[in-house]
Amino acid sequence: MSKKKSSGRPHQSFYAKHEAVILGGLSIVLIIGVWQAFWSAGMISPLFFSSPSAIVKQFRYTLVEGTLLSDMKYSGTNFAIGFVLAVITGVVAGVLIGWYRRLRLFCDPFLNAFYATPRIAMVPLIIIWFGIGIWSKVFIVFLSAFFPVLINTVGGVRALDRDLLRAAKAYCASDWQIFKTLAIPGSVPFILTGVRQGVALGLIGMVVGEMVGSSQGVGFMVVYGGQTFNTDTLFVGMIVIAFSGIALTWLAERLERRFSRWRPER
Amino acid sequence: MVKLSIEHLSKRYWFEREDREVLAVSDVSLAVEDGEFLAIVGPSGCGKTTLLNIVAGLLPYEEGTVSIDGKRVDGPGVDRAVVFQHSSLLPWRTIAGNIRYGMEMQRRFDEATMHQRADHFVKMVGLNGFEKHFPNELSGGMQQRVNLARALAADPKVLLMDEPFAALDAQTREFMQAELLKIWSQDRKTVLFITHQINEAVYLADRVAVMSARPGRLKGVFKIPFGRPRTLSLKRDPQFLEIEDSIWKLIEEESQKLNMVLAEK
Repeated sequence: MSKKKSSGRPHQSFYAKHEAVILGGLSIVLIIGVWQAFWSAGMISPLFFSSPSAIVKQFRYTLVEGTLLSDMKYSGTNFAIGFVLAVITGVVAGVLIGWYRRLRLFCDPFLNAFYATPRIAMVPLIIIWFGIGIWSKVFIVFLSAFFPVLINTVGGVRALDRDLLRAAKAYCASDWQIFKTLAIPGSVPFILTGVRQGVALGLIGMVVGEMVGSSQGVGFMVVYGGQTFNTDTLFVGMIVIAFSGIALTWLAERLERRFSRWRPER
Repeated sequence: MVKLSIEHLSKRYWFEREDREVLAVSDVSLAVEDGEFLAIVGPSGCGKTTLLNIVAGLLPYEEGTVSIDGKRVDGPGVDRAVVFQHSSLLPWRTIAGNIRYGMEMQRRFDEATMHQRADHFVKMVGLNGFEKHFPNELSGGMQQRVNLARALAADPKVLLMDEPFAALDAQTREFMQAELLKIWSQDRKTVLFITHQINEAVYLADRVAVMSARPGRLKGVFKIPFGRPRTLSLKRDPQFLEIEDSIWKLIEEESQKLNMVLAEK
C-alpha cells in the first residue's frame, strides 16, 4: 500500500513522507520534556520515581564504572543459550509431533498441561534442580520460549493444504516427498511466528529467573535497584530490557516477513 | 485404439451421519480413444468429479473397471496428470519450481531433462519471463496456465482436467479455452475434461458425454462434428448452437424429472 502511495504522488511534502516518524518522535520528546519539567519543578519524589536526566546519568555511570556491561553480557548469554536450544528442540519436536498423529495423541495431555501453566510457576522447582547458577536461568528461558515454538510448529505441519496434498498425491508423491515438499516449507511461516512469540516469552523468563535467584544480570539490577530504593538504577535496567525486547522482536518480525514473501499480501 | 476405458463403474458413498448410502456414479461405461478429447458435462452433484478422481487414482472403487492401455487403474500413476480446478500451486515455489513439481514427484526424468522440459512448457503456456515469480504474483488465468504446464511437463498419456476454467472470469475463460486447444493440438494427448459448461465442452471436445445427477449416470454421448483448428467464432455457428441446445434439453429433462420426484416426496 505504502509503495503505491509514494510512487503515485512523487511530489509529496517532507511532512507527508515522514508523518509517522515526526508524530512518533514528537510524542517521545513531549513526554520526556514534561517528565523532566515536573522533576525540575520538584514535584516528583526521587524515592518513587526518577527523571530522564538522572537515568541518563546513571546509565553512563553503570556503563563506565558499574556492572551494566557485565550484567548485559550475563543476561544475554543466558537468553541466547536458552533461546537457541528452545528453537532447535521446539522445531524438531514440533515437526515430529505434527507429522505423526499417534505421537501427537500420546503427547497431547502433557503439552496442554504445560502450555496452560504459566512457566513462571515452575521457577522455584527449577532452582531446586539447577541451583542458582546460570543453568537455572538458561532453563527458564528455554522453557518459556520452547512452547510457543513447539505449538506453532505443530500447527504449521498439520495445516497441510488439502488441495496441495491432492495434487502431490496425483503426481505419485511418497509420504517422504509430501513431508519434504509440503509439510516443511508450509510450516516455515508458522515456525517464525512461534520464534517471535518465543522471543517475548523468553525475555520474560530471563528477567523473572534473575529476579528470583541471581546476583547479577539485568533482571537482578532491577530488583536490586528496587530493594535499595535506587530508582535510577531500576529505570536503567527496565529501559535496557525494554530496548532488548523491541530490538529482538523487530529482528524476528523482519525474519518472518523475509520468509513469507510468497504469502498473499494482507 | 482405446486409451482409457471405463466399464460398468459404480461408486457408492456411505454417509455415516445420515446412515444412508448414496450412489454417486452408477454403471458408467465410456471408452476414450487415443488422442481423443472427451468432455463430460453435467450439473453439479452428478458425480463427474468423483469419476475423474477415480480415473486419477485418488479415490478407490469397488464396482467396475477403469483401465489405461488395458492396465487396471489402482492408485495414481505416471501415465496420468491432473489439471485441478483450483490451481493447487505451491505458494513458496516459483513458477519454474511449480512446473517442475509433478516431474520431481514422479522421478521419471533426470535433472537436465526436467530443467529443459520446464523451460519448454513455460514457453508453451506463454509464461516466459515469469519463471522466477511466485504464484501469488500471477492472475487466476496465469496460475491455471502453470497448472496446465505442470501436468504437461510430467508427460502423461492421459490428461485429466477437472473444471480447470470454472473459477475464471468469462473473458479469461474463453481465451484460455482457445489457448488450450492451441497447446493441445501440438501433441494431441488423450484428454478427459470435466465441466459444467455445455458450451465449453462442445467447443473443446471431439465427443461430449452427458451425465445426470443422483445417481450419476451417463445419459448420452454426442459426437462433435467440427474439424480443427477451431476458433472462438465457432460458438456462434448455428450447428454449434443446435448441439448445445440438444445437450441442454437432455440435462433439463433430467432435472425436471428430479424435481417431480422431489415434489412427490
